[in-house]
Amino acid sequence: MTVTTGVPTLIPGRRGAALPFVVGAALVVVMAVLPLLNISIPGILPGATYTPGTLALLSLCMVFAALALSYNLLLGTSGMLSFGHALYFGAGAYGLGLALKLVGVPLWPGVLIALVGGLAIAAFTGAISMRVSGIPFAMVTLAFAQAGSVLVRRNQDVTGGEEGLRLPVDQIPAWLVGVSNTRNLYWVTLVVLVIVYLVVLWVDRSRLGHLAQATRENELRVQVLGLRPYAAKLLVFVAAALCASLAGIAYMLLQSGTQPSAVGADLTITVLVMVVLGGVGFRWGAIVGGVLYTILDQRLTVLARAEWIRDLPDVLRIPLSEPLFLLGVLFILVVMFLPGGIAGTIDAAVRRRRGERTRSQLRQIDDADDAVAEPAAVRA
Amino acid sequence: MSSIVLILLTGVGLGALYFLVASGLSLIYGLMHVLNFAHGAFLTLSAFIGWQVAQALGTASWGSFVVSILVGALVGAVFATLTELVLIRPLYERHIEQVLVTVGLSFAAVALFEGIWGTDAVNIAGPAWLKETTEILGARIPNTYWVLMLAAALVLVALVLFLKKTRYGMIIRAGVENRSMVTALGIDVRRSFTLVFAIGGAAAGIGGVLAMHYTTFVSAHLGATLLIFAFIVTVIGGLGSLTGAAIASVLVAVLQQFANVYLSGTGDFIVVVLLAVVLLVRPTGLMGRKA
Repeated sequence: MTVTTGVPTLIPGRRGAALPFVVGAALVVVMAVLPLLNISIPGILPGATYTPGTLALLSLCMVFAALALSYNLLLGTSGMLSFGHALYFGAGAYGLGLALKLVGVPLWPGVLIALVGGLAIAAFTGAISMRVSGIPFAMVTLAFAQAGSVLVRRNQDVTGGEEGLRLPVDQIPAWLVGVSNTRNLYWVTLVVLVIVYLVVLWVDRSRLGHLAQATRENELRVQVLGLRPYAAKLLVFVAAALCASLAGIAYMLLQSGTQPSAVGADLTITVLVMVVLGGVGFRWGAIVGGVLYTILDQRLTVLARAEWIRDLPDVLRIPLSEPLFLLGVLFILVVMFLPGGIAGTIDAAVRRRRGERTRSQLRQIDDADDAVAEPAAVRA
Repeated sequence: MSSIVLILLTGVGLGALYFLVASGLSLIYGLMHVLNFAHGAFLTLSAFIGWQVAQALGTASWGSFVVSILVGALVGAVFATLTELVLIRPLYERHIEQVLVTVGLSFAAVALFEGIWGTDAVNIAGPAWLKETTEILGARIPNTYWVLMLAAALVLVALVLFLKKTRYGMIIRAGVENRSMVTALGIDVRRSFTLVFAIGGAAAGIGGVLAMHYTTFVSAHLGATLLIFAFIVTVIGGLGSLTGAAIASVLVAVLQQFANVYLSGTGDFIVVVLLAVVLLVRPTGLMGRKA
């Protein structure tokens, strides 16, 4: 009767241990050749896979999958519930736009500047918000993201305010501009997703990741062992933020512009919904969540404009024509009745068949929080 | 001199509004360790229903103003109670999931409000007196601020009396202090959870209707904006402390107003800086107990 954590660990020599890598590599290859094929999935994709519209949607899916992966590193690996993750996504998007617009550098130095900017903001805000943990941490990160959002909205002449920031197209290589080059953008976002996946995998498997996981389970014990949980958590936080910045850069390139909503709390909540939907603590869950959410959002928006919805009485018409309402309800249902999300539920089913006992990752984070909170309560 | 008085008093008025939202948040967190993201949704729904009531009774009269506030408080309390019973209670002691559920609720509620009342802000005209100003020490204070201060003071007094003088208030205070001990004494703390949610919802409802009169319009995003300041206030004041919330509300709002006037509109930003400073110097907040 072993209680296993939600994070699948790789045991060397176990049969089928290489399977995830084979499946993953095959998936990447399939995704890479998709723009060259003519596959239609009616009801899910807006058109055949080689059309720009479909490729743009798939690219957006991959950007959000990358963002969800980075958030999973934060919540799943180190158990930090942040409400300010969008700040770093926005830092990437706006950083690239501003580097091109104000500094006037070409694309690749601009990407570097955006990443360094995201890194600096993450290190600064992370170091301060980690003075507190648990729920207060969530509030403080939210406040920082809000400050970022206010700064972006207020400084109209720099960031374009509510109008958003357009990407200066003439500084971008020609093969990344225009609808006819959506294919190239699609491949760029695929590369970004793979990079983010590898970084997240590397952090998860490294000593740093293990330390962060140990801190999630029991911070006091890590301290007693003479290790520094603060440094580990901060490093993971910064790594996650950097991945988010990279996703933001891809977003900026893909949309050739960004709005202030890319910094706001709403985006963080969206990412949180994706990760919980997919399954906290599972890398593939985060990807599934990101893709599923983006496609659902798109399809529900199409549904909202459908003829038969418009003829319904108000009681049914209003909820059905609000995609975010439906997604919010779906999210509540998942949290209440399927706490492991998609990946967690599948994983638990597989483990139960093997005779292992499991608990959802969220439960574990909760228990860890209580373990920290209780001694404090006794002391007070 | 007069401009300082003006900034000071409008700051206190704005702080009163923050307090109406933050008091419930702080109590709920103190007792249940739940960060209630749906608090903004309570507030927005109350504002919209209050608007409907005021519209039906004629916006200019004082009667409809008072009735709309009372209806707003009732709506907030009912919405909050239902939230606690349906969504929070089944997830008892699973704090992260409770937070996530309230996040989902606010997500869905904002979208639903947009669907019902539209994405554009709805304007409201209150009693004419609210549009006028009163002169104090040479400063002309808009009358809405007096209403805000009065309402917050009444809510504060009512809350303190309730917490200090009644049996349920005593259970709630004891629960904030040490919940396991209260449970060990054979008192069902869970019953007071619903009560705390109802009280917080009612305060937020009053805040919602008044915020609508303060900004002269209501939109589906009214709650989200106020909620973030309420979060900041509760962290600065110390989570779970009503007095802390009251002091921090006024402190934050006054600072915000001064920065808006003298530091070219950087009020929102200064508040976050204050939050960072408080966290660096005193991570538990001004009146927080736990070290």
